[in-house]
Amino acid sequence: MANIHIDIVSAEGHIHSGEARMVFAPAEMGEVGIAPRHAPLLTRLKPGTVRVQPPEGEELQFFVGGGILEVQPFLVTVLADTALRAKDADEAAALAAKQAAEEKLAGAKSDIDLARAQAELIEAAARLQFVQKIKNSSRGT
Amino acid sequence: MAGAKEIRSKIKSVKNTQKITRAMEKVAMSKMRKAQDRMAAARPYAEKIRRTLGHLAQANLEYKHPFTVEREVKRVAYLVVSSDRGLCGGLNMNVFRTVLREVREWRAKNVDVEFALIGNKAVSFFKRMGGKVSAMATHLGDRPHLDQLLGVIKVLTDAYRDGSIDRVFIVSNQFINTMTQKPTVQQLLPVEPVKSEGLLEHWDYLYEPASTELLDAVLMRYVESQVYQAVIENVASEQSARMVAMKSASDNAGKIINGLQLAYNKARQAGITKELAEIVGGAAAVG
Repeated sequence: MANIHIDIVSAEGHIHSGEARMVFAPAEMGEVGIAPRHAPLLTRLKPGTVRVQPPEGEELQFFVGGGILEVQPFLVTVLADTALRAKDADEAAALAAKQAAEEKLAGAKSDIDLARAQAELIEAAARLQFVQKIKNSSRGT
Repeated sequence: MAGAKEIRSKIKSVKNTQKITRAMEKVAMSKMRKAQDRMAAARPYAEKIRRTLGHLAQANLEYKHPFTVEREVKRVAYLVVSSDRGLCGGLNMNVFRTVLREVREWRAKNVDVEFALIGNKAVSFFKRMGGKVSAMATHLGDRPHLDQLLGVIKVLTDAYRDGSIDRVFIVSNQFINTMTQKPTVQQLLPVEPVKSEGLLEHWDYLYEPASTELLDAVLMRYVESQVYQAVIENVASEQSARMVAMKSASDNAGKIINGLQLAYNKARQAGITKELAEIVGGAAAVG
């Protein structure tokens, strides 16, 4: 059976690259499984685990905090986000940069803080789930 | 001639300065190595996202994203990347000079210019210079993170989307090697088309969810990765420029010490000769 090449990269470093029989990724609309000769696909990822089944050996797992998944028939690219992404959190950052430029002192609005906290919570929950999954699987073997 | 004691204290103070510059040189050297590693670590992402963008450019897109459309230029923005600290030679000044040259060219064409700043040195320079500053980020430290830059990027992309600016450039130091850093100007928006090779001609992606949203996400990340790349390259440039500047400072201090040492020896010798002459003269008078 043919294999598919997978690259997982984040803006601050290279994470994994190699061959795989099958790749699973947490797409925004639900988890997707990608086998070789998959149709070209472009989708956003939500925080979760990318699982890679190499031709030999055990399944590899990588945590991503969101990002973009691009699939070509023999090529999968995961562009993982390092930064915490949420629309409102970005707004808050933009606001902060503007305020710095205007040299004004003003507290961030509370709804923005809330949105950022929510985004952090979702990511933290996904991270926790990932750690637990790894723990369970290592106990099982 | 100055007294031997004064020269001795001067030598001591120059030696202390030399110790500091030498320490700074060593620190900059190790920081530069780390900065270079980080630069290398960010490269795969930039390559991959470029590849994805190239694929996207070839797919049959039913939609043109504003980031890829050229507009008539009425107002441009410059994102100026500088260091937070000084003592790194002409590094920041070279960047500012490049910016000013560009600004003059645009003003001659009746185009407004505004700035977004990264790094303390740019902030203090443009405070003196004047000009409209729309966003800034400072105190990034030696290992800048993408989230520290998102605010500035968002301000620029939003302004570009509104149509209040028609072109965005980023000016930063390109790290060529330890001895050379070159200020460069890159166009950030609109995104210059990327060519890709070796794919079928008529095809398109399956998009999940809508293609417009995804294209937007990819382009945003592309812009972010370019800014991030420029910023970490600037950090590496800063460290290597500081290393070179501190090395020449230590060398100069060494030269000054040599000169002073010579003067000190002469003064000491002159003192001894004088004393001897006095003793001999005194003995002759007694005898």
